[in-house]
Amino acid sequence: MPDDANAFQTALALILGLDPDLIGIVTLSLKVSFTAVLIAALIALPLGAAIALWRFPGRGVLIVALNALMGLPPVVAGLAVYLLLSRAGPLGELGLLFTPGAMVIAQVILVLPIIAALTRQQVEELHGDYREQLTSMGVSRARRIPTLLWDARFGLATVLLAGFGRASAEVGAVMIVGGNIDGVTRVMTTAIVLETSKGDLPLALGLGIVLLALVALVNAAAHLVGETARRRVG
Amino acid sequence: MERKLRLTRPGLTLVALGLMGASLDASAQDEARFITLASTTSTQNSGLFDAILPRFREASDIEVRVVAVGTGQAFEIARRGDADSLLVHDTEGEERFVAEGYATERADVMYNDFVIVGPSDDPAGISDAQSIEEALSDIAEAEAPFASRGDDSGTNRAELRLWEAAGVEPGGEWYRELGSGMGPTLNTAAGMDAYAMSDRATWVAFDNRQNLALLFAGDEALFNQYGSLLIDPERHPHLKHDLAEQWHDWLLSEQGQAAIADFEVKGQQLFFPNAAK
Repeated sequence: MPDDANAFQTALALILGLDPDLIGIVTLSLKVSFTAVLIAALIALPLGAAIALWRFPGRGVLIVALNALMGLPPVVAGLAVYLLLSRAGPLGELGLLFTPGAMVIAQVILVLPIIAALTRQQVEELHGDYREQLTSMGVSRARRIPTLLWDARFGLATVLLAGFGRASAEVGAVMIVGGNIDGVTRVMTTAIVLETSKGDLPLALGLGIVLLALVALVNAAAHLVGETARRRVG
Repeated sequence: MERKLRLTRPGLTLVALGLMGASLDASAQDEARFITLASTTSTQNSGLFDAILPRFREASDIEVRVVAVGTGQAFEIARRGDADSLLVHDTEGEERFVAEGYATERADVMYNDFVIVGPSDDPAGISDAQSIEEALSDIAEAEAPFASRGDDSGTNRAELRLWEAAGVEPGGEWYRELGSGMGPTLNTAAGMDAYAMSDRATWVAFDNRQNLALLFAGDEALFNQYGSLLIDPERHPHLKHDLAEQWHDWLLSEQGQAAIADFEVKGQQLFFPNAAK
């Protein structure tokens, strides 16, 4: 297929050419998705660990809800955030619609359930192994959260990467709340949608390859850091 | 073990806040000097904005941030107070928008025309039709696949009016409502060898034609008028009405009209300025 070869050439030319527009788009993509994952992690890691450690009424419902929300369609999250941030909506005063901030909020909603649900599962398993030891040491449940999270850190790194993958790959939410404004809210995925709709399929696919390479790079970096740390821990 | 974690946590928080600040900051920086314009995909996809916005910015130092959606959605965005200005192509809808009190002013800016594209062997034989009504009737009679936007966009609304004028109630196996933008509709039409109605700008700038060809154009009923609307500041006091007014006036000015006329794709002028003098 001549078109496919063309897409790889386009991708290569895009990367090698260091096109300033592309760099802006890539930077914004990374910034928005990293910020979303960090904010989501700050909430979801302790939340997931807490759900793993405490027994309370409605816990089962909460776990099922979190698991179900992992499959939340991005366009639904986007629509909800749009209605929230629209001037006619409850948070309209903030003027966040069509800004990177709105995109971060939408992605936090998408990523948070994934991190919380998977953290809950990992911490619960780990706690099963350490429960007796921790109890005999008289460690309170609240104090166990950081201990267990730290001990599960390598597994949780993969969880965060899964969250980052979800954030950087979705287009439905950022398209609605960001508006795909050139130079302001255009990210990799919305740029791909735009080029596809222009019928410039080689460029669209080329951008797709760049995005894939970028996500691979982030994963490789995380893997490298993880391996080094693991070796040091022994 | 725990100690380490306590040390890393505030660090992480700082990084997160810093990043968030950085990403939000970009939008706050030139708060005063930009407006949000809700417009159609045809103006964006053809590259018109890339050509004329820098000229407006040079003249006014105002950045125009374009959210390109279907005309129906553009009205909705403006109705909710999320855009300072509108540039769309559904004169009937625009006049209703003014009558309902959402916009204070509407003006003709430019026009082009709709075209019917389809498989180059033209199975319904529309290329020698005398009128758009005849062309559409031919497609319906031949039950040749027709890809409709089906998304309440300006083009979709115009298409439905044309079917009505042709006395055809489109439906059935051959009439496919896609619910997508102009570009995606052309992509799909190219993929399934279907007829489709497109604005000329999107068609000319479109790169993935495959077997599609322009088969019918030139009927007066295919006239496609674009209008600029100023949103009512009383309903939405937060809007940047003054800046939006400068944009609106510039579009209608000699400079703006010349910028529109100068825009060409593949050597073809795609929009013809026609603001009232």
